Amino acid sequence: MSRTTIIRFLSIVTFLVLVSFAGNATKEKKFDVTETIMHHIGDAHEWHLWGEGHSGTSIYLPVIIYDKELKIFSSSHFYHGRIMPVVDSLKPTEYLLGEGDAKGYALFHEKIYKVKDGALQFHGLHPHNAMPMDISITKNVLSLFIGAFILLLVMLSTSLYYKKNGAVAPKGIAKFIEPLIVYVRDEIVKPNIHGAKHTRYIGFITTVFFFILVNNLLGMIPVFPGGANLTGNISVTLFLAVCTLLVTVFSGNKNYWKHIFATPGVPWALLPIMIPIELVGIFTKPFALMIRLFANMTAGHIIVLSLISIIFINKSEAWGLLSVPMALFISVLEILVAFLQAYLFASLSALFIGAAVEEDHH
Amino acid sequence: MNLVTPSYGLLFWTGITFCLLLLVLAKFVWKPVLNAVNARSQKIDEALLEAEKARQEMKSLHAENERILKEARAERDAILKEAKEAGAKMIEEARDKSKVEGAKLIEAAKAAIGSERNAAIADMKAQIASFSVDIAEAIVKESLASDEKQKALASKMVEDIKLN
Repeated sequence: MSRTTIIRFLSIVTFLVLVSFAGNATKEKKFDVTETIMHHIGDAHEWHLWGEGHSGTSIYLPVIIYDKELKIFSSSHFYHGRIMPVVDSLKPTEYLLGEGDAKGYALFHEKIYKVKDGALQFHGLHPHNAMPMDISITKNVLSLFIGAFILLLVMLSTSLYYKKNGAVAPKGIAKFIEPLIVYVRDEIVKPNIHGAKHTRYIGFITTVFFFILVNNLLGMIPVFPGGANLTGNISVTLFLAVCTLLVTVFSGNKNYWKHIFATPGVPWALLPIMIPIELVGIFTKPFALMIRLFANMTAGHIIVLSLISIIFINKSEAWGLLSVPMALFISVLEILVAFLQAYLFASLSALFIGAAVEEDHH
Repeated sequence: MNLVTPSYGLLFWTGITFCLLLLVLAKFVWKPVLNAVNARSQKIDEALLEAEKARQEMKSLHAENERILKEARAERDAILKEAKEAGAKMIEEARDKSKVEGAKLIEAAKAAIGSERNAAIADMKAQIASFSVDIAEAIVKESLASDEKQKALASKMVEDIKLN
C-alpha cells in the first residue's frame, strides 16, 4: 500500500471516529485551575477537542478491561452515563456511572472501578471498590500510537531513500533525519560506549532518543493529535528507565560486577557498606532518568497551562496580553527542553551502558 | 499521587509499542541508513584517495613530458649543430676544390694565352716581315725612280760592301 493511500485511509478513519463519537451535553462548572491542569496533564479515556463540559466535542476512546473476560466498549458509555455526586468527601466531586456496555463499572478520576450495590463506596476521596485490569486505549495510548506512526513514517521514508538511491548524498526528508541519526551515533553512543561494542547499542539508544523526541514534540502541539502529556507520564518514563536498567544489567561484564561487589581499592572491612550502596546505585541511575524526563515534561506542561489559566482565573481576555506572550516564550523553551531531554535520556543511558561494558584499565 | 502512580494499561501499551518500534527501526532504519552513511563515507574516502593518486600520476606524467621535451630539444640542437658543421665542411671543401680548379683554369688560361701570344707574335713577325718587304719594295721603287738616287744607292751599297 502506498504512502498516500495509508494517509487517506487514516484521515477517513479519523473523520469517522470524530463523527461517530462526537457528542454534546450541557453543564457549566466553576473554573478550578488545579483540576483543569491536573486533568490536562493526566490521562483520560476521551480525547477532548473543544467545547465546555458535556456540550464539548470529544473523541471517545475504546475502553478495554479484563474482568474475568475481555470487555471492549466505547468510553462514551461512561461520559454519557449517570453523574453521581460523592457525598462522603471534603471537596464536592463526582464520578460517572457507566451505562449500556459499561454497566457495572464506574469512572472516577479516569480510573475504572467495579460498582457494588449500584454505587461506589468512598472513604474520603478514595473509593475502595475493586478495579478491573484496565488496558484501554486512553488519550496517552492513542498519542503513543500517533507518535509511533509519525516516527515510522518519517524513518521508513528516510530508509527508503537510501534503498532507492544507494549510498548517495541525502535529499528531502533523509537530509533532515540522517544528520540526527549520525549525531546520535557519533555524539551520544560512540563517546560513551568505547570500542566496537557500541554498534550493539546503537539500535536501542537511537530508538530511545527519537521515541522521546517525537513524543516530547507531539506533546507541545496544543491541539489534536498532540497535547497529550505522554513523556510526562510516569508509566512511559518508568518503562524507558526499566529498559535502560535491563540493558545495563544484562550487558554488565565481569569488571562491572567486580566494581559493585568488590570495588577495587576499598578495604575489605568497608565492603558490607559499599555493596548495598553500589546495589542501590544500580537502581538510582535509571530512577533518576525516569524522574528527570517525567518532571521536566510535566513541569513544562504545567507552566504553559498555568500561564494560559491566568486568563480564566481573572475572567478577562485582556490578561491574554500578558499570559499569551509568556506562554509562547515557555513553549519555545519547551521545544528546546524536548530536544534536551531526549538527548539527556539517550546520553545518560549510553553512559550507564558504557560503564557496564567498560574493560578493566587498572 | 495520581500523577506518580504508573498505570498498567499505559505501561503495557508503551512496552508493546516501544519494543515493536525498536525492532522495526533497528532492522529497517538505523542499520540500513548507517550502512548507507558508512558506505558513502568510504566511497568519498576512496574517491579522495584516487584523486590524490591521479594527481600524483599527472605530476609524474608532467615530469616525464618535460624530460622528453628536454631530450628532444637537446637532440634537435645536436642535429642542428651537426648540420651546421657539415655545411661548413662542405663549404670549406667546395672552396678548396674551387680554388684548385680555379688555379688549374688560370694555369690553363695562362698557357693558352702564352701560346696564343707566341702564335700572335709569330704571326706579327711574319706580317711585319711581309710589311717590311712591301715597304722596302715601295721604298726601293721610290728611291730608284731617278738616276741620282740609283747611283746613291749603288754607292751606298758599295760602301756597305766595303765595310763588310
